[in-house]
Amino acid sequence: MSTLPLAPAGAPLVNATRFRQAHEADWARLEELVGELEKRSIKALDDDDLLALPVLYRTTLSSLSVARDTSLDRALVAYLEQLCTRAYFQIYGVPTPARQQIAIFFADSWPNAVRALWKETLVCALLTVAAAWVAYMLVRSDPGWFFAVIPEGLSGGRDPSASAEYLRSTLYDGGGEGWLMTFATYLFTHNSQIAIFAFALGFAFGVPTILLILYNGLMLGAFFAVFAAKGLAFNLGGWLMIHGTTELFAIAIAGAAGLRIGTAVAFPGQLSRMESAVEAGKLSATAMAGTVIMLAIAGLLEGIGRQTIADDLSRYLIGSLMILAWVIYFYLWPARKARDGQ
Amino acid sequence: MASEALHGSRLRRSFITPEGVDLKLELASAGARAGAFLIDAMIIIGVLIVATIALGLLAIGGGGEPIAVIWLIGFFILRNGWFILFEMGGRGATPGKRLMGLRVVARDGARLTGPAVMARNAMREIEVFLPLSFLGARAAEGTADTFLTIFSFLWSGIFLFFPLFNRDRLRLGDIIAGTWVVQTYKSKLSFDLVGSASAARRTFSDAALNLYGIYELQTLEEVLRNGQPDAITTVARIIRQKAGMPNEGDDYGFLSDYYAALCTRLEAGLMVGRRRESKMDQLPGR
Repeated sequence: MSTLPLAPAGAPLVNATRFRQAHEADWARLEELVGELEKRSIKALDDDDLLALPVLYRTTLSSLSVARDTSLDRALVAYLEQLCTRAYFQIYGVPTPARQQIAIFFADSWPNAVRALWKETLVCALLTVAAAWVAYMLVRSDPGWFFAVIPEGLSGGRDPSASAEYLRSTLYDGGGEGWLMTFATYLFTHNSQIAIFAFALGFAFGVPTILLILYNGLMLGAFFAVFAAKGLAFNLGGWLMIHGTTELFAIAIAGAAGLRIGTAVAFPGQLSRMESAVEAGKLSATAMAGTVIMLAIAGLLEGIGRQTIADDLSRYLIGSLMILAWVIYFYLWPARKARDGQ
Repeated sequence: MASEALHGSRLRRSFITPEGVDLKLELASAGARAGAFLIDAMIIIGVLIVATIALGLLAIGGGGEPIAVIWLIGFFILRNGWFILFEMGGRGATPGKRLMGLRVVARDGARLTGPAVMARNAMREIEVFLPLSFLGARAAEGTADTFLTIFSFLWSGIFLFFPLFNRDRLRLGDIIAGTWVVQTYKSKLSFDLVGSASAARRTFSDAALNLYGIYELQTLEEVLRNGQPDAITTVARIIRQKAGMPNEGDDYGFLSDYYAALCTRLEAGLMVGRRRESKMDQLPGR
C-alpha cells in the first residue's frame, strides 16, 4: 500500500490549495475592484485602488498561466479565466472620452477618410452626372420617359404636362406657413437613412450602390428636362444648388463608401479578403458618419434656407460657398496625421 | 457556468493579451445573440410606442412643430443610434447584450473603436430593416407578387442565418468591422476541495491510483462540487469496485480522499512532464 506523498501534516497537498493560500487575497481584491468598475465607472475607485488595479491584474494573469500548467483544479482555472477576462475588458476596453473622440473625428478621421475615398467619390459624381445627362436627353426627346423614371407620388405635379407658371411657383413659393423645421428634419432623416443604406449595400460588390447612385442621377436629369423645356433651367439650378451641393456631395461620399467596401471584398489585393473588408469597413464607416452630418446641414439649407431665400443669385452664392467650404475642409486643408482607428 | 466555459471548446478562440497570456474567449452562441437582439428590438419598439403616445398627447395640447421634430429625430436616433451609442460605451454591449452576458470585442485584441461599431451596426440596414420594409411595403400594397415575397424571404434568410454558416459566428457587420461577440462569465471562487494534509485520510494502492487520468479527475471534481448524493454514491461504488476496496459507508469522504490522492499523484506527474490526459493514456514510464 502506498501512502500519500511525504507531506508534513498541515501542509497543502495539491497545487490548487497552495496557490489559493498564496494569492487568494489578491484575487478577491481584484474581483472587488472589477465588480465596482462594472457596476459604475472608473470614478468609483480612489487613487490607491487605481494604482493597485494593474498590479493585481498582472498578478492574477500570471496566476492563471501557472494554474493552467500546474494545477488540475478545473474550477480554479475557470475562476481565474473569467476574472482575468473581466479585468482585461475593464483595463483595455475603456473607450476614449467622448469629447476627445469627437475632436479627433472632426480634426482627423473624417477629412482623412473622405480624402482616402477620392477616387470612388469621383466615380460616383461622374455616374450621377452621366445618368442625369442620359435622363435629360431622353425626356427632352420624348416626355413620356419622364414617367418611366419618376414614380407618381414624387413628382407632385411637376411633370411635362405642367404649365410654366405652376413649375415656377414650385420653385419660389416655399412651404408658406410654419413647419419648416419639421420639413428640414424629415429631409435630413430620410436622406441619412438612404446614405447608410448605400453604405450597407456596398457589401454586394458595390452593384446596388451604383444602381442607387445612377437612379438618383436619372431623377435629377428628368426634373431638369421638365423645367428646361419651360425655360426654367437656371431657376431650378438655384433651387437645387442651395442645398444640393452639400446633399449631392454627401450622397456621392456615401456611395463611395459603399463602393470601397464592395471593391475591397471583390479585389482584396495583397491582403486577405477579411483583412481587406475590415480596413475598408472602418474607413467607409467614418466617411458615412460624416455624410450624416453633411445631410443634416443640407436638410437645414433645404428646409429653411431655400424656403426663405427666393432670390436665384443668393441661392447660387450659398450653394457655391458650401461646396467651396467642403472641398477646402476635405481636400485642401493641410494634410493631417492619420491616427490609427480613432 | 464556469465548467461550461471550459467544456465549450468548439466556440473557444485564442485571444492573447498584451501580457502574452491567452484568455481563450468563448464566442457567443447564435441563440444568445438572437435573444439579445430580440430584447433590444422589444425595448426599442416599446420606447417608440410610449414616446409616440406621450408626444401625441403633448401635441394635442398645442405646439405641434417642435414635437414633430423631436419625434423624427428621436426615431432616427433610436433606429440608428441605439446599437452604436451603447456599444461605443465602455461596456461594449447594448442592454440586450448585457442581459445575455455578451460583449462586442475587436477580433485583433485591440480596443473597440467608434468606426468599427458604426460599421457593424450600419450593416443592420440590409440585414434587418431592408427585408422588413420589403414585407411592410408588400403588406401595404396587398399585391400578391410571389417572386418578390420569395426573394425577400431568401434575402433575409441569408443574412439572418449568416452567423450559423461560419465557424466564428460572424454577422455581416462583424466581418466588415473586424469584431466578434463573446460570452462573458461571472463566477465566484468555489471551495477548496482538498485542504491540508492530515493523518486521518484513507490511503490507496498504486493500482487504485493508476486507474484514472486528468479527464476522470476533473469529472470527479465536478461530482464533488455539485454534491448530488445519487451521483456521489454511484461514482463511489464504481471506484471501490475497480480498486477492490470495501464499502465502509462514508461515500463523500471516500471520494474526496480519493480525489486528493489522485490529484497529488497526477500533479506530481505534471512536474516531471508526464501528463496523463485520461485513463486511455499509457501509464507514464511503463
